[in-house]
Amino acid sequence: MSISVEGISKNFGSFKALKDISLDIPDGQLIGLLGPSGSGKTTLLRIIAGLETADAGRILFHGEDVTRLHVRERRVGFVFQHYALFRHMTVAQNVAFGLDVLPSRERPSAAEIRKRVDALLEMVQLGHLAQRYPAQLSGGQKQRIALARALSMKPQILLLDEPFGALDARVRKDLRRWLRTLHEEFHFTSVFVTHDQEEALELSDQVAVMSAGQIEQVDSPQKLYAQPSSRFVFDFLGNVNVFAGAAEGATLRQGDAWVRLPEAPSSAQQQLYMRSHEVRLQSTPAAHAHLPLRIESVSLVGAEVRLELSPAGWQADELWEVGITHTQFNSWQPSRGSQCFAVPQVAHAIEADAHTPHTLHWQAGEMDDPAAMI
Amino acid sequence: MLQRKVMRAGDQPLVKWTLIALAFITTMLMLVIPLLLIFDMALSAGTGTYWDNLTNRYTVHAIGLTLLVAALTVPINLVFGVFLAWLVTRFEFPGRKALITLIDIPFAVSPVVAGLLYLLLYGSNGWLGSWLMNHDVQLMFSWPGIVMVTVFVTCPFVARELIPLMQQQGREEEEAGVVLGATGWQLFRRITLPNIQWALLYGVVLTNARAVGEFGAVSVVSGNIRGETNTLSLHVELLYQDYNVVGAFASASLLAGIALLTIVVKSFVEWRQARQHAALDELVDNS
Repeated sequence: MSISVEGISKNFGSFKALKDISLDIPDGQLIGLLGPSGSGKTTLLRIIAGLETADAGRILFHGEDVTRLHVRERRVGFVFQHYALFRHMTVAQNVAFGLDVLPSRERPSAAEIRKRVDALLEMVQLGHLAQRYPAQLSGGQKQRIALARALSMKPQILLLDEPFGALDARVRKDLRRWLRTLHEEFHFTSVFVTHDQEEALELSDQVAVMSAGQIEQVDSPQKLYAQPSSRFVFDFLGNVNVFAGAAEGATLRQGDAWVRLPEAPSSAQQQLYMRSHEVRLQSTPAAHAHLPLRIESVSLVGAEVRLELSPAGWQADELWEVGITHTQFNSWQPSRGSQCFAVPQVAHAIEADAHTPHTLHWQAGEMDDPAAMI
Repeated sequence: MLQRKVMRAGDQPLVKWTLIALAFITTMLMLVIPLLLIFDMALSAGTGTYWDNLTNRYTVHAIGLTLLVAALTVPINLVFGVFLAWLVTRFEFPGRKALITLIDIPFAVSPVVAGLLYLLLYGSNGWLGSWLMNHDVQLMFSWPGIVMVTVFVTCPFVARELIPLMQQQGREEEEAGVVLGATGWQLFRRITLPNIQWALLYGVVLTNARAVGEFGAVSVVSGNIRGETNTLSLHVELLYQDYNVVGAFASASLLAGIALLTIVVKSFVEWRQARQHAALDELVDNS
C-alpha cells in the first residue's frame, strides 16, 4: 500500500514542527526518516499513523484520503521506541490484544487466536517466552515482541519509531538484518524513524533526510552519500573535510594552502567539501593542490587505517579524516607528527551563504604525479 | 576482605537512642494513649451500657446517615478522580496546569469555609438556593447538602493518587492499544485500569476515611437535627455537649474503629504494590 504525504504542517504552540512536508512512498518500500532530534521526523510518523493530527495537509493510503480517519480505522502496525508492551499482560496476551479487541462478529475463535499468536511468536523466534511478562524480557526480546504484536493484524503499513534506538550495538545489528528479511517476506510498506545515519543507509530503499521541520533530500542511500543536495545533508551524513578559501582567478587560497579549481568560481569566498574517500594523501604536493597536513592520530582498527590530520599553515574548523589501505599504511609507515599533502580528486564546492553544492572533477592529466604517490 | 564501617551523621549511639526515645514518647502521647483512652472511656460503664449506647435510636440513625454519605461520596469521587486524572495526563489543552493546581483547593481551604460557601450559594437566601427553594428543592440542612460538601472536601484524594502515576506511566501503552484497534472503553478497561488499580484503591480508602470522619464542613450545612441530619462525627459532639461522655466515646470508638480498619487496608494495599514491584524486579534480576 503506497503512502502519500501532501503539504503536511504541524505547530506545537509557536514551534513549527513540520513545514509543508510532501513525500511519496511507493508500495512495498522501506523508507527511513533521518534527522537530528527536533527535526520533526517522529511527528511526521505519528501523523501518518493518526496518533497526531496535522494542522494542514493530507495523508493518502493507496490514493485514498485517510486524513480524517481515526487511528483505529487506519489499520497500520506501529512499533514504539520504548516498546510500549502492556506490562500487566503476558507476551502471548500482548500479541493477542489486537485480535481480542475485535468486535465479536469479526473476532476469530479462542483456538484460532491462540494459533495465530503461536505462529507470530514462532516468527520472532520467541515461542518459549509466551507466558513471561514484559519486565522479564531483555530489550531485544521486547522489541521483537512489539514487532510481532504490530504484525498481528496483518497491516499493510508498518511504522517504526526509532525501533532500535535503545538497544546495544550487537542486538541492533541482528534486529536490523531480521527486519530487512521480514520486510522482503511480507512485503508491507514500512517507514522508520532514526537518528542513526548508518542504520538509515543500511536498511532503507530510500532515505528522507529531515532538518528543522523540512525534508532536505529524498534519495537512495548511494545517491544521498555521493551527491548530497545541501550543506546540511553533507554535514549530517558521514564525515566531511572542509577547505575554505578566497578566490584568486581559478585558485582558492587560504594561508599556505591553495587549490586550483577546474573552472573559476563565481564568488569571492568558497568552501570545498570532500568525503574522506575523495581525498588521497601524498608525500609531496600535487600540481593542482597544496594542502599541507600534519598527522595527529592513527587508528588501525577496521577495514582501513584512519588518519586524523590537522592543517599546517592554514585553518579548518575540524580535523580532517582520511582513510588509507593497510597495504599503503605498511609501506608508508606514517607516525604522529609527520607531514603529508592532501590531493582532492572530487570536491563539492559551496559558495559562501549558498545552500546547494556543485561537484568538481579534476581531469587525470592535471593532477597526477605518480612519483609522489604513497 | 576487611569491612570498614562508614560513619554517618546520627551514628553516635547517644544521638540515635535519644531520637528513638523522643519518637516513641511522642507517638505514645499523641496517638496511642488517646486511642486507647477512647475505648477505655466508651467501656467505662460496662459492655452493657456500651451496647445500649450504640443501639440507641439516634446513634443508629447517625451510623446509617454516615454510611449513606460515604456510599454516595466514594463512587462520585472515584469517577470524578479517574476522569480528571485521565484528562490532565492524557491531553494537552490551555489551562491544564491551572486545573492541576485547582484540584488542590479543597485541601487548601478550611472545611468550615467550604461549608459556608455552600450555605451562601445553596442556602434558602443564596443565589441558587432561592431559585431551588421556589422549585421545592432543599439542599442545605438535609442529607443532599451533607453529601455535596463531603464530595467537595474529599474530591482531591483519588485524582492526587492517580495523576503522578499516570504521568509516570505515560500514554504509550494506550497509544499502542488504539493502534491495534481498541475502543476507548476497551483501552480503559484492559490497559489503563489494570495499571492504576492499586493507586485507585488507595485513593478510595483515603476518600472513604475522610468522608466518614468529616466534621467542619458538614457541621455548617447539616443543621444538627438529631435523628435527621446528624452524622456520626456530629453525633459525638452533640452527645458530649449533653454531658453524655460515655455515649460520646461509644460513638467515637466506632469512628476510631473505622480509622484503624482504614490503616490496615491501606497497609495491605501498600504491601501489595511493593510486592508486585519486588516480584518483577527479582524476575528481571534472575533472567
